Amino acid sequence: METELQALALRLEALLGPGQVITDPVRLRTYECDGLTNHRASPGIVVLPDTAEQIAAIVRECASEGVPYVARGSGTGLSGGALPRADGVLIVTSRMRRILEVDVANQRAVVEPGVINLDVTRAARPQGYYFAPDPSSQQICSVGGNVAENSGGAHCLKYGFTAHHVLACEVVTPDGELVELCADDPGYDLLGVFVGAEGTLGITTKITVRLTRVPETVETLLAAFDSIEAGGAAVSAIIAAGVVPAAIEMMDALSIEAAEAAVRCEYPPGAGAVLIVELDGPEPEVAAQFAEVERLCRDAGAFEIRIAAGEAERALIWKGRKSAFAAVGRISPAYIVQDGVIPRTSLPRVLARIDALSAESGVRVANVFHAGDGNLHPLVLFDDAEPGAEERAEAVSGAILDLCIEHGGSITGEHGVGVDKARYMPRMFTDTDLDTMQMVRCGFDPAGLCNPGKVFPTPRMCGEVPGVRKGPHPYEGKADIF
Amino acid sequence: MSADNDLPKLLDDCVHCGFCLPTCPTYVLWGEEMDSPRGRIHLMAQHEEGAPLSGPMVEHFDRCLGCMACVTACPSGVQYDRLIEMTRAEVEREHPRPFQERVIREAIFRLFPYRRRLRALRGPLRAYQRTGLDRLVRRTGLLERLSPSLAAMERLAPPLGRAPRLPERVGARGGRRATVGMLTGCVQSEFFPGVNAATARVLALEGCDVVIPRAQGCCGALSLHAGREEEARAFARRTVATFEHVDVIVVNAAGCGSAMKEYEALLAADPAWSRRAAALAGRTRDLAEFLVELGPRAERHPLPVTLAYHDACHLSHAQGIRSQPRALLAAVPELKVREIADPEICCGSAGTYNLLQPEAAAELGERKAVNVDATGAELLVAANPGCSMQIATALRRRGTDIAVAHTAQVLDASLRGLGREALVKHGS
Repeated sequence: METELQALALRLEALLGPGQVITDPVRLRTYECDGLTNHRASPGIVVLPDTAEQIAAIVRECASEGVPYVARGSGTGLSGGALPRADGVLIVTSRMRRILEVDVANQRAVVEPGVINLDVTRAARPQGYYFAPDPSSQQICSVGGNVAENSGGAHCLKYGFTAHHVLACEVVTPDGELVELCADDPGYDLLGVFVGAEGTLGITTKITVRLTRVPETVETLLAAFDSIEAGGAAVSAIIAAGVVPAAIEMMDALSIEAAEAAVRCEYPPGAGAVLIVELDGPEPEVAAQFAEVERLCRDAGAFEIRIAAGEAERALIWKGRKSAFAAVGRISPAYIVQDGVIPRTSLPRVLARIDALSAESGVRVANVFHAGDGNLHPLVLFDDAEPGAEERAEAVSGAILDLCIEHGGSITGEHGVGVDKARYMPRMFTDTDLDTMQMVRCGFDPAGLCNPGKVFPTPRMCGEVPGVRKGPHPYEGKADIF
Repeated sequence: MSADNDLPKLLDDCVHCGFCLPTCPTYVLWGEEMDSPRGRIHLMAQHEEGAPLSGPMVEHFDRCLGCMACVTACPSGVQYDRLIEMTRAEVEREHPRPFQERVIREAIFRLFPYRRRLRALRGPLRAYQRTGLDRLVRRTGLLERLSPSLAAMERLAPPLGRAPRLPERVGARGGRRATVGMLTGCVQSEFFPGVNAATARVLALEGCDVVIPRAQGCCGALSLHAGREEEARAFARRTVATFEHVDVIVVNAAGCGSAMKEYEALLAADPAWSRRAAALAGRTRDLAEFLVELGPRAERHPLPVTLAYHDACHLSHAQGIRSQPRALLAAVPELKVREIADPEICCGSAGTYNLLQPEAAAELGERKAVNVDATGAELLVAANPGCSMQIATALRRRGTDIAVAHTAQVLDASLRGLGREALVKHGS
C-alpha cells in the first residue's frame, strides 16, 4: 500500500508540480483533522490543486488506482466531514479562492470552492448585495465546504440554508468527469441531491451562488433574562405573533461567561440567558415589528434590553454569539460541540432534560442555539487530562441526541453527519432508509472512493446493492412535526 | 527554561477552529495548513510529543512573521506570541542552520542592535546612494545573485540625510505636565533621526520634560522576536537599568514598545531582575498611547494632507493600539485619514523577516502597496521604522513615490505650524 501511494504521489507531482503535493509526514499530520479534533487520521497524500481540471485529473488517478480521496476546504467542519484517509488522498481547495464573477444584475456570483464565505459578501457588498448563509465560521469557512455540508447560520431562520443560495455547481464526479449541475435543469434535481451530500457524491470546483439584496434596515436587540425558560417563552411569543425575524439566537449563562472571557462582548451581568433578535427588511415594517418584539421580550421577563445603535454595536452583540464555540476553550480544556434539532415548542422541556442530564453526570453543558428554528448547539465540556472524562462527555452528548430524536427532532441541524454522527444514523433511520440513501450514493460513486466512511455507519460496496426492505418507518405520520 | 514548562498547556488552548487562518499573512499567500498559526501550533505539538525538530518544521516556523494577527483573531485566547517565541528559542538552541544562513543571521544580529555600528555604516551608505552606485548595482542584479537577503537589505535602506544628535534632556514648553524617558531605538535613531527629533519636540510641546539617556542601547526586540533569548535578556537588563528612574518610558517604534512590555515574561526566571523588569514593562507606553492618556494641550495647526494610516502589527496586534494614533491624527485640522484595506495583514517587514525571507516579504509588501495605492493618499503614516521602509520600497517598485512619515512627524508639523510642505515634498 505504502509503495502504491508513493507511486501515486509521483504521478500527482508530475500532474500538479512539486509544490502542490505534500508527502512529508510532519506536514501531512497538520491536516489530520478539521474543526473537530477528536477524530484524527494523517492523510496518505495531500494535494493543493489550482484548477478544476487538476482536481478531475487527481480523481481520475485515484479512481484508476482504487485509492480513496477526501475533499477539504478551510478545515473548519464540526462533524469530521473532511477527516482524511491514511490510505488516501486529501484534496485541499484552499488555493482555489478566486471570485470569478460578481453579477449583481442577475443577483449571482461565481466562485471557486476555496473562496471564503465572507469574502463573497465583501465582494458584493459595495453594490448592495451579500451572500446570505452565515455560519459562525463565515470569516474562514469555504463556500465549497458550505455546499458539501449545506451549512446554515444564525440567519437561516429567515433566509434558508446554503442549498437555497446555490444556483449551480460545477462538479468533478467520482469517475473524474467535469459536469455542471444547475438548479434550473429539468428532470431530477441533482443539484439538490449534491448540496449537503457531505462530499460523498463528488467534488465541487465552481459554484454559482445567489446574491441577496442588503436589507433596507436592520435592527438588533439583545434581551437578558433570568432563565432559559423565560427566554424560550419570549421566542415562542415572537413566532406566535407572526414575526419572522432574520435571526433569534439564545445563549445560556455558561456560554455567556465563555464569550465574555473571549471577546468582552459585555452582555448584561447576571443573565441566565440572553436572546439576540434581529429583524431586517423595509424600514416601516421593521420599526413596527421591532417595537412588538421589544414588548414581547419585556412581557416574558427580560430585565434588560439593549438596542444596537449602529453597525459597531451590532457587531459587538454578534461577536459574543459568533465566537461562542471557540470561546468555550476559555472555560474548559476540551469540549464537544453538539448539533441537534427539536421542534421549537419542545425547547423548555428538552433544555430541562439537558440540565438534568448534566446534573446527574456532573458534566457541564453550555447551551448556544438558533432558537428560532429549534437548532440546539449544546457544548459538552470536559477535561481531556482526566481519565474517563471524554467518555462521560461522549455519553452525555449522545444522550442529548437521543433527546432530540425522542422529541421528533434530528441528530444534526447544520454541522452534518460526517464521521462523528454516522453511528447515530440508525437511531433516526431504518435500515430501509439507509439502504435507499446508499442506492443514491452508488448512482454517483459505485466504487465508494469519494469520501468513504462518512455519513453512513456501515460502509457498503455498491457491488452488494441492498434491496429495499419493507417495514414501517419510525416517524411515519410524524413528518408534519417539522 | 522555566517558561517552557507551560508549553503543553499553552498548546492545549488551541481548539483548531481555524479563525486565525484568514489573518495569517503566509496562509493568505500560500493557503497551506503548515503555514498557518493553527498548523504551526500543530507542528509545535508534534515536537512536544517527541517528533524531532525537522527541517520542514523549522522552515514553517521561520516563515512565521510574528505579526500576532492570529492573537487578535483567536477566540480561544491562544498565546501564540509566547508559543512562537519559545519555539524560536528552541530552534536556535537545537537546530543547526546551514552555513550561509548562519552567516547572514550573525551579520544581522551583530549589526542592527548596535547604534554605533549602524552609524559607522551611514557614511559609506550615503556615499553609495549619492554617487548613484546604488542604481547601478540594482541594474546588474549582482546582490540578488550573491544573497537575496543582502539584496533585500540594500533595497530597503532609506535615503539618508543628516542625523543630528539629540540632547540628553529636552525641557517642557509651558507648564511641565510629566517627565518621560524616551527610547531612541537602533534603526530609528540612525536611519530615521527625524522621527526621534519630532517625537522629542511633540512631547516637549505637550508639556513633558524629555529625558534621553545617552547610555541607552538596543531594547532587545529583534533578538527576542528571533528566538535569541539570552541576547534579548542582556539587552533588556541594560534597558531596565537605563530607564527605571523615570515615571514613563515613551517608545515611538512599535516593535521596541511591544518587546519592552514583555520584559516581565522575558526576565521572569531571573530573580534579580524579574521585579524591576515587570515595573519597567508597566511604565512603558507607545507614543500615541501616551499622548492620548496625557490629553492634548498644544495648539494643532491645520495640515491639508490626505494620509493613509498603516497599523504596524506590533502596535495593533501586539499592543492593541489602533484607535489612539487615529484619534491623534484626526484631531489635526484639515487632515484627512484614509483607511487601508485589509489592515490586519502584515506588510512583510516584521523585524528581520524581510531580510531573512525576502521573497514572502516582497509579496506581502506588494499586496500592502496595492492597498495603500488604492487609498489615493499622498502620505503614508506608520509607527514603525521597518514598516515605513518596507512599504515605501514596495511602492517605489510599483512606480508610486509616496511620502512616508511617522505619527510623531505629522503631529510635529501640526504643532509647529509647518504646513503640508514639511510632509509632502511637492507642495499642494
